[in-house]
Amino acid sequence: MAGLELLSDQGYRLDGRKATELRKVQARMGVFSQADGSAYIEQGNTKALAVVYGPHEVRGSRSRTLHDRAVINCQYSMATFSTAERKRRPHGDRKSAEMSLHLKQTFEAAVMTQLYPRSQIDIYVKILQSDGGNYSVCVNAATLAVIDAGIPMRDYVCACTVGFVDETPLADLCYAEEGGGGSSLALALLPRGGQIALLQMDAMTACKGVSKVLDEVVRQHLQDVSVLTRE
Amino acid sequence: MLKSKTFVKKTRSGGVMKIVREHYLRDDIWCGSEVCSECKQESTVLQRDACIESNLCPFPHYLVPDTNVVLHQIDVLEDPVIRNVIILQTVMQEVRHRSAPVYKRLKDLIHDKEKHFYTFTNEHHRETFIEREPGESANDRNDRAIRVAAKWYSQHLKTPEAEAEGLRVVLITNDQGNKAKAEESGLLVYRCEEYIKSLIANPELVDRLALSNNEQNEISSSKVLFPEHLPLSRIQAGIKSGTFLQGTFRASRDNYLEATVFVQGEGEDSTEIILQGLQNLNRAVHQDVVAVQLLPRDQWVAPSSVVLQDDGVPKDDETNEEEDGRRKRICVEEHMKPTGKVVGIIKRNWRPFCGMLNVSQIKESTRHLFTPADRRIPRIRIETRQASTLAGQRIMVAIDGWPKHSRYPNGHFVRSLGSAGDKETETEVLLLEHDVPHQAFSQAVLSFLPKMPWTITPEDMVKREDLRQLTVCSVDPPGCTDIDDALHCRELDNGNFEVGVHIADVSHFIRPGNALDKEAANRGTTVYLCGRRIDMVPELLSSNLCSLRSNVERMAFSCIWEMNHNAEILKTRFTKSVINSKASLTYAEAQMRIDDTSMNDDITKSLRGLNKLAKILKRRRIENGALTLSSLEVRFHIDSETHDPIDLQTKELMETNSMVEEFMLLANISVAQKIYDEFSECALLRKHPAPPPSNYDILIKAAKSKGLEIHTDSAKALADSLDVAKVDGFSYFNTLLRILATRCMMQAVYFCSGMDSDFHHYGLASSIYTHFTSPIRRYSDIIVHRLLAVAIGADSTYPDLMDKHKQSALCNNLNYRHKMAQYAQRASVAFHTQLFFKNRGILNEEGFILFVRKNAIIVLIPKFGLEGTVFFDGKGKTGVNLRFDEEIPGVSVPAPEVEPQPKKPKLDR
Repeated sequence: MAGLELLSDQGYRLDGRKATELRKVQARMGVFSQADGSAYIEQGNTKALAVVYGPHEVRGSRSRTLHDRAVINCQYSMATFSTAERKRRPHGDRKSAEMSLHLKQTFEAAVMTQLYPRSQIDIYVKILQSDGGNYSVCVNAATLAVIDAGIPMRDYVCACTVGFVDETPLADLCYAEEGGGGSSLALALLPRGGQIALLQMDAMTACKGVSKVLDEVVRQHLQDVSVLTRE
Repeated sequence: MLKSKTFVKKTRSGGVMKIVREHYLRDDIWCGSEVCSECKQESTVLQRDACIESNLCPFPHYLVPDTNVVLHQIDVLEDPVIRNVIILQTVMQEVRHRSAPVYKRLKDLIHDKEKHFYTFTNEHHRETFIEREPGESANDRNDRAIRVAAKWYSQHLKTPEAEAEGLRVVLITNDQGNKAKAEESGLLVYRCEEYIKSLIANPELVDRLALSNNEQNEISSSKVLFPEHLPLSRIQAGIKSGTFLQGTFRASRDNYLEATVFVQGEGEDSTEIILQGLQNLNRAVHQDVVAVQLLPRDQWVAPSSVVLQDDGVPKDDETNEEEDGRRKRICVEEHMKPTGKVVGIIKRNWRPFCGMLNVSQIKESTRHLFTPADRRIPRIRIETRQASTLAGQRIMVAIDGWPKHSRYPNGHFVRSLGSAGDKETETEVLLLEHDVPHQAFSQAVLSFLPKMPWTITPEDMVKREDLRQLTVCSVDPPGCTDIDDALHCRELDNGNFEVGVHIADVSHFIRPGNALDKEAANRGTTVYLCGRRIDMVPELLSSNLCSLRSNVERMAFSCIWEMNHNAEILKTRFTKSVINSKASLTYAEAQMRIDDTSMNDDITKSLRGLNKLAKILKRRRIENGALTLSSLEVRFHIDSETHDPIDLQTKELMETNSMVEEFMLLANISVAQKIYDEFSECALLRKHPAPPPSNYDILIKAAKSKGLEIHTDSAKALADSLDVAKVDGFSYFNTLLRILATRCMMQAVYFCSGMDSDFHHYGLASSIYTHFTSPIRRYSDIIVHRLLAVAIGADSTYPDLMDKHKQSALCNNLNYRHKMAQYAQRASVAFHTQLFFKNRGILNEEGFILFVRKNAIIVLIPKFGLEGTVFFDGKGKTGVNLRFDEEIPGVSVPAPEVEPQPKKPKLDR
């Protein structure tokens, strides 16, 4: 059978969006009262929950303590029911570990850790339903949770994915589009300073359009996301 | 602006999976009509004055066809008369799912600005989206979606402005249920036949209607002629369990009651199954993929050697079959081959066929038989009212179906190509029959051409070597406009020669993956017919920007060697460059310059240097065992006004031909080595396998008849023994042997180095070879250019280039296209030869017998490059009593009173 047509001649994507349109974003902060900060976000069918504890004393081994700033501890997980087929995901599988590391790097760049020496901030993110763009949704959820916890940040971190089909950049890929064979690029940005917190690209070969993608879509739409997340 | 709605789909991928996708509904999808003032569209497709003159709809109207109409009546939709059609997204998706070729044609239609086809994205429109109701089948839902969209349109266009024009929307469907429901909801709806028949100006469109199912019954008698085909599920089960075999059906050219099915087994092991008799062939058509069941061993037969042509009289068939049956029994056991019968069709491979109409005996009849040009295709029954105009014309017919009680398949008329025997028509026929894509390039393809006026920019120069000062010149046949190679040669200060081969840099203009590239990859090669060229790339590139014409700056891909006076390569270098050719010469002009001692300019010196080196190269190549084969190529002198052939001569070979050839071979070999070193897995190479020894039988036998011996153990031995095989007083004998040798050879093919281990090129006696030197006319060369550019860091790579499976698929297409192009070329020459002889009357020429068959001899007339079969028994005459000897092979005439063979052979072509 012929594969999916990701972008029709009329310029509509599989789900009826145009190339540069985002999915519908809905978010709520302060969903749990026992944690210090929490947030729930939906971007289309991708749904994520983020919880922040801290800043608090460093738990576990004391050797991890940093004397000039706080330690950020991130944990990413996917619910067993988050995909079309139920799948048990034990902690510490390679994909989750990698994602946790990426989140940690992102938030070390954004949170003003030097304000809390010798302490620790925990960020837990769980994907409840997965439909593409897991990383960027997690970043957006975690940002909201950190805001909810009242931890100072240099800037709100906003993230979005973008793909490239037939010379056209597509913003905010859904699962079918991610699997469609093109390249996909995830970017987390500190929009006010225009700094990039993290950039990750999955593609079969080097994508010559990276600069085009960055300029045309990501910048423009991270503005939109930042407006939305600020609400 | 966004409305979110999620819906659930179930698909099968391994198991049952539930897939949830978002589905956004929008209110910014416009109707695309000129009359609409509500929609904020930037440009409109559908015209205000949408008039197709029709009895049923005297007012302007837009057509909304449903999926089945598009699928089956695409031939009608393609007619220029049909304009202002709304193609719904639902229809597009269904068509895409059901038939890729129709989908492609539909897309072409939509892109064609003249046709005013508008795609309405109804599935995402807020007012036309519908959800599938419980218990509703997917088809019913889609039909309903089409009705809802049509309804929406008719309401939407009820603006005062549109009312004034009387504009309406007409739904076209062939489905009774759908039609009734649509009428209920107040839509204007017609069956496709009804509507097309009502068109006033275009009665001939009716003939293009494909026959729909309910009409097929009328056509045929009630007698069931064929066994039922099995359903696909049972075929699949049967193939899995091994009771059925899957293969490609190949009808026999000579005997319409016989066919073979080629079953591709695992690895090397593949078998051929013979099918005999109408019942066993069971409605399979040449090239279909079929499921075959083997018959028990006692019913196995040997391939028959009779020539049978379908004369269309059913009685005869039965007797023929019986006769066949009797003959089968007599056959010798050892010739028996696996025999089977077709139980089902897995995939039809029907295409429109070219041929002639056999007008029915009954004058008023609208049903006629159509005889395809390809003898392997059965005759097709079509319905037409213009039989009298179509008689004597070449027409195209598509098959619609083959019911089990019909002797012939049913089809419909697609279009007329022109009158038979006409030059344009016949050329069109042979292009179509050889599957040569020859349509004009589409807008999408042309959009990737560089904008004129084109110049070389400083950015281009950064990555290129400036070779404009070199004395480069090109040598080509006269009248050549696509010059893809140029040469230079100069003496260096150290006494060595620097020799450069400069090839047009086509890959600079054709970027991977765009429409232009895809089109070129599909065409594969430029096809040269007599008096016509079917380009692989648009003319702007082939005859202008890429063509290395003289005294203009052109981009090139250069291969530069340093050689000593013994033509040994000391250094090889590849670079992208810019050159400025100083002269485009013909072979004859170049030869004259070399021979004329009074000329001593740079170009001539360069040519002399090249010629000298080429002679050494050629000698060395022949010493290595390269074959010099011979085939007869004729050239027509075409009248410049009537384009009729007025004279013909065999091609002459000059020293300069072989000079250019030598350096092209050298460049190809150097490049092949380089790309293989760099990409051992995905280099595109060309090989020429050594023929199996049995292929040489005819050659050895032919030489033996004159008491000569040919050694075929190696290419070298063959070349040497051909050189000495001479008969006194029969100087043409050597050429004849070489012609025979050429026929013993295998086809040279492209392949991907990662998929094969045998790289040897037998004919050229080279361990590795590729095609690099003609990128304007061969797509393989473009790929080789890209590989080489990556290898030297002049260009970036892309995934498909490094994918050996994709490369291998590409090679298959290229090999197929090359083969077809060759056949088309030969057919074109044959046709022109016939044209040439049409008005000549009887000529006497010297001819040679090439082969001897049981009932005929094959004669070659070198002067015309013409080969024909002369039968011993003409029509109506009984054959003389001849004895056929397999061994010599030869025929002897035992009865002395038989008159000698006529001097002038009867040419049967």
